[in-house]
Amino acid sequence: MTPDKLVDMANQIGSYFATDPQPEHARRQIAEHMKKFWAPSMRVTLFEALERDAGVETQLDELVKRALVEHRALLVSSPSNA
Amino acid sequence: MTVSIYEPDLGTPAPAHGGAPVTLEINGMPVTVPEGTSVMRAAAEAGLAIPKLCATDSLEAFGSCRLCVVEIEGRRGFPASCTTPVAEGMVVHTQSDRLATLRRNVMELYISDHPLDCLTCSANGNCELQDMAGAVGLREVRYAPGENHLAAEVDTSNPYFQFDPSKCIVCSRCVRACDEVQGTLALTIDGRGFASMVSPSAHDSFAESECVSCGACVQACPTATLMEKSVVEKGQPERAVITTCAYCGVGCSFRAEMQGEDVVRMVPHKDGKANHGHSCVKGRFAWGYATHPDRITTPMIRRSIDEPWQEVSWEEAIDYAAGEFRRLQDEHGRNAIGALTSSRCTNEETYLVQKLVRTAFANNNVDTCARVCHSPTGYGLKATLGESAGTQDFDSVHQADVIFVIGANPTDAHPVFGSMMKQRLRDGAKLIVADPRRIELVRSPHIAATHHLTLKPGTNVALLNALAHVIVTEGLVDEAFVNARCEPESFAQWRAFVARPENAPERLSQELGVPAETVRAAARLYATGGNAAIYYGLGVTEHSQGSTTVMAIANLAMATGNLGRPGVGVNPLRGQNNVQGSCDMGSFPHELPGYRHVSDTVTRQAFEQAWGATLDPEPGLRVPNMLDAALAGQFHGLYLQGEDPVQSDPNTQHVQAALKAMQCVVVQDLFLNETAKYAHVFLPGASFLEKDGTFTNAERRISRVRRVMRPRAGKADWEVTVALAEALGYPMAYAHPGEIMDEIARLTPTFTGVSYARLDELGSIQWPCNDSAPEGTPIMHRETFVRGQGRFMLTAYVPTPERTSRQRPLLLTTGRILSQYNVGAQTRRTDNVHWHAEDRLEIHPSDAESRGIVEDDWVAIASRSGETVLRAAVTERVQPGVVYTTFHHPASGANVITTDNSDWATNCPEYKVTAVEVARVMQPSDWQREHHAFTARQWGLLPAGSDAAPVAKSDAGV
Repeated sequence: MTPDKLVDMANQIGSYFATDPQPEHARRQIAEHMKKFWAPSMRVTLFEALERDAGVETQLDELVKRALVEHRALLVSSPSNA
Repeated sequence: MTVSIYEPDLGTPAPAHGGAPVTLEINGMPVTVPEGTSVMRAAAEAGLAIPKLCATDSLEAFGSCRLCVVEIEGRRGFPASCTTPVAEGMVVHTQSDRLATLRRNVMELYISDHPLDCLTCSANGNCELQDMAGAVGLREVRYAPGENHLAAEVDTSNPYFQFDPSKCIVCSRCVRACDEVQGTLALTIDGRGFASMVSPSAHDSFAESECVSCGACVQACPTATLMEKSVVEKGQPERAVITTCAYCGVGCSFRAEMQGEDVVRMVPHKDGKANHGHSCVKGRFAWGYATHPDRITTPMIRRSIDEPWQEVSWEEAIDYAAGEFRRLQDEHGRNAIGALTSSRCTNEETYLVQKLVRTAFANNNVDTCARVCHSPTGYGLKATLGESAGTQDFDSVHQADVIFVIGANPTDAHPVFGSMMKQRLRDGAKLIVADPRRIELVRSPHIAATHHLTLKPGTNVALLNALAHVIVTEGLVDEAFVNARCEPESFAQWRAFVARPENAPERLSQELGVPAETVRAAARLYATGGNAAIYYGLGVTEHSQGSTTVMAIANLAMATGNLGRPGVGVNPLRGQNNVQGSCDMGSFPHELPGYRHVSDTVTRQAFEQAWGATLDPEPGLRVPNMLDAALAGQFHGLYLQGEDPVQSDPNTQHVQAALKAMQCVVVQDLFLNETAKYAHVFLPGASFLEKDGTFTNAERRISRVRRVMRPRAGKADWEVTVALAEALGYPMAYAHPGEIMDEIARLTPTFTGVSYARLDELGSIQWPCNDSAPEGTPIMHRETFVRGQGRFMLTAYVPTPERTSRQRPLLLTTGRILSQYNVGAQTRRTDNVHWHAEDRLEIHPSDAESRGIVEDDWVAIASRSGETVLRAAVTERVQPGVVYTTFHHPASGANVITTDNSDWATNCPEYKVTAVEVARVMQPSDWQREHHAFTARQWGLLPAGSDAAPVAKSDAGV
């Protein structure tokens, strides 16, 4: 999976939940959506790219970026891509 | 379930709404029937057959043949029993000397102008005219030979049936079937008296007429006037087996009428609860693919797609596939492989494939073709109502007062339900259509949409928000329903959201391309017109906001109280026959059967215990993720059962590159499809006629598929998956698909009451079927929603990034047509190509003129993904700025143009919006030339003498 595609997908998810009037709730919803529907390898790839590539950080929408940082433990807690 | 080829016919339909019991006396026998029943039907229910010709229980009584006359005490003359309703205390005599004479004289007149060629007639042994001649004791025809119709020419123009006017008795059953059942009104009785003749359209041949070849007229004909060519060729069938159609999501019940293992004809089953004895051209006639010589019936393997195929035994092919899958997991990790189930396969087959993935593959990398069609339905309806399924049965439409069709084209894609819908519309229901194209429903005989909202592709959410805005701001919310049934917090939040000025029709009108006042009128009609039902299709789901649109639809239905009773609801029209079933069976990478998430420990443990394996609690990869991972070198092996993503999935060149990057692609299919050209193992599939199982249609109706012939390659599809699992070290001990369904029922709360025995008993079952609903659930969410309280979801309109520009000023949208089915693998191998031999680009006259394009010109359609060339069809069906095509033929390359945009929640591709430019050209596109050359190379790699080469030839196209 290329980080670019994952960034686009994450931003799309963020666009949906951005309407939520409670930002904290929106961030949790974004993370829970990714936890529920993304394979662990996709989440790991996105986090690795976020840490390694400054470009990824700028491409990610602020809401999504905050959601990832805030809910990192949920999203990469049990990687199973052995 | 083998039954007689002779179906009982009670003469007239049962009264629509069974009235109070009425008792009468027929031939001295007391008979009690509901008020409104005809005397003919009452007699038939009592076992007394009254002679008849123009009456049949699929059509309203007509009273023209005069054969069904009876005597009723206290009434003068001889009333027709078909048009005479029963009355309390009525005394009827169906047999008397006077009646016998009358009937014999009537029959004599019929026979005086009928060819007496019974011994060589195709209806011999199954002819109502012949039966009635026998029943009335006709022994001679006293009329001297005179003017007659015996030399009338036979019309053989339709590929599937012929019309022999010399045998016509002008009973009008065909005309009435076309009117009442199909709703096309293609036939009429032309002329008067002796000159009366059945006429398709205005003296056209059947092939040139408006006839849609549904077969209703052929089925209604009491003689050999309208007869299937297969019966003319083969003779009358000897037995019938009740089974289920393998085409669209209507899931019609059929009688496969057989001679030994040969299908003579497929006839819609009168007791079928989805279709009530009706059919379309695909299910009725397009079954010849099952025995087409293009079928590949020997397993094949090869190490590389550049090497020749090698025919091998089943054992060798299965061992090779298993060995490769294990090697890839050893080398690249257990998540390096996955599988794709198909909506064209049975519940039992899809259940086994996902079980194989979760146990033998030890991961959750399983997905299904619903990913690219109705995955947003699963997400959206689960989030709002609590269950990933439509809320109604099809019959519910008969109680709808307002029908709102958005992003669906039922008369083409779900034709039998489309006919039911048209019946209700002709009976007075109002119609709202939201579609960029002028689909047939917008205006057809005796039907006109009250509002056709010609929205621009990609603006569904904006439209639904605008409709909701009107409902909320004009006080049209069903407050009592919302207060009783829905979450107050989410409703309050939603109400405030849709009431915002940016959701007003006036603000969105330009974006939508629909006048604000039209939007307001449609909203008022939907909210206040009585029972309002929404029907939607892939025009809703296949967008970057597909899931949002589904939720917006559910919001609208909840806000107006249009859920939980007949006549209303949210009704996704599923594309393929088993889309609902394949999703129910746990084909998605995040869900176990019954829509339960893999992280749900209790559920997972139940499956672990039953399956004897440890299951991964994290979701696996979805199809687009698998393809992306393959290109990134992380995914190497794929098992595809009955799927053809190279043709059906978007951005063809991306799919081709991903498959080329894989080391082991295993294709299980009837034919060497587009994907099989990239495969390393080919496992021959079995058609729906060759196996037992079940399909689940769009109304959650589980119906049996019954084997009528042996699998041509020796194995049914479920047996192939069992063999593959065993070769991978995970034995599956099933003797029959019924045992697989028993396991599904044990592990799935919504299926606990389902078994083959119960299906035989009830005919079909709509899930949920369990202790709470032992006979199934036609209407869901009656008292409460499955999730408890209905949840309103916020649905902000986020325009798709796929916008028009100076470089690409047109929007392409894709769809289906009546005669072809999906990737066309089945229908292209039938005479249905008569109606659609190629995919064409529909373009509005103004767009065509500005580009110098005229009808039949070759035109290049170029998007940011690729380019293909089709012939132009210049038509006002599409609005200016919008072009449209189908994707039934591989060489068309319709999906070369579509992009990798997808739904935010589910990755369902955005097939419905692609910015393109169109230009007149003289030659195929580069992709088409490469496709042609690649296809030719793949032919050369087939074993010598293989029958598969003609497949590739027919697929090569341009």
